[in-house]
Amino acid sequence: MKIRIHVSLKPGVLDPQGRAVHHALDGLGFAGVEDVRIGRLIELTVADDTGDADLEAMCEKLLANTVIENYRIEKVAP
Amino acid sequence: MSLRAAVVTFPGSNCDRDMAVALESVSGEQPIRVWHGDSALPERLDFIALPGGFSYGDYLRSGAMAANSPIMREVAAAAQRGVPVLGVCNGFQVLTEAGLLPGALMRNASQHFICRTVDLTVANPDSLFTRGLEAGQRLRIPVAHHDGNYFADETTLDRLEGDGRVAFRYVENCNGSRRDIAGILNETGTVLGMMPHPERAVDAAHGGTDGRRIFENAIRALAHA
Repeated sequence: MKIRIHVSLKPGVLDPQGRAVHHALDGLGFAGVEDVRIGRLIELTVADDTGDADLEAMCEKLLANTVIENYRIEKVAP
Repeated sequence: MSLRAAVVTFPGSNCDRDMAVALESVSGEQPIRVWHGDSALPERLDFIALPGGFSYGDYLRSGAMAANSPIMREVAAAAQRGVPVLGVCNGFQVLTEAGLLPGALMRNASQHFICRTVDLTVANPDSLFTRGLEAGQRLRIPVAHHDGNYFADETTLDRLEGDGRVAFRYVENCNGSRRDIAGILNETGTVLGMMPHPERAVDAAHGGTDGRRIFENAIRALAHA
């Protein structure tokens, strides 16, 4: 089973990397970019019987830092 | 002053030797070196140091992998028992990732790696590590980091300040840290995480010895405990 974990910074947490990329997009002449936030995509291949609780525990314990990040678990259709 | 200290080395630690040398130069006793994969700490430790570096290549997030290494379960248990723990730079990142200190260290606001000597002020002179210093006293200590931007939510920051758990602040905020925070303590004041490197300021040849004060204070406080 393929799983995608989308990790993103919580609203309100400053994203210096996103801000720098925003400036770069402005510099390239792309008008109308209002905000840039950079996150992380983690793709897992797991046993088909892996439970949601296990996936959540993986995110809580390691894959995301819930002090600053949110995560979303997406099961990819085979 | 006898001190039974341990310095933990993770794959990618690069200040572990400096930390051991600093501790030995102050205490006169060579610290025990511990490897991240060890499942036990030496017995009867007085002090544990988590050094700076780039453990696990900063994969995932700085300190995240090291925080889940076997030895950290033991470090957490020792901290729980009241054994003083000092985490410097990557060691501070490991302590926050392990949940032994609140908040997180994010990418510097400037996006740049910074490597220079900065001025700190002592925010809490009553901790194990700062006793003997004065509130507002300035220390000059080097920083060298890419992810030193301390973040915690407003409630946590208020609690840290209200409880005297901010140990050090930057005089000039060099990395975007909330409320200029350079180092914080846990609830019992026995775990200190700080981004600046006191072990790089223990010998006159380093250009300053202000870092030495922190080790001396801790060791003196432990001797009288």
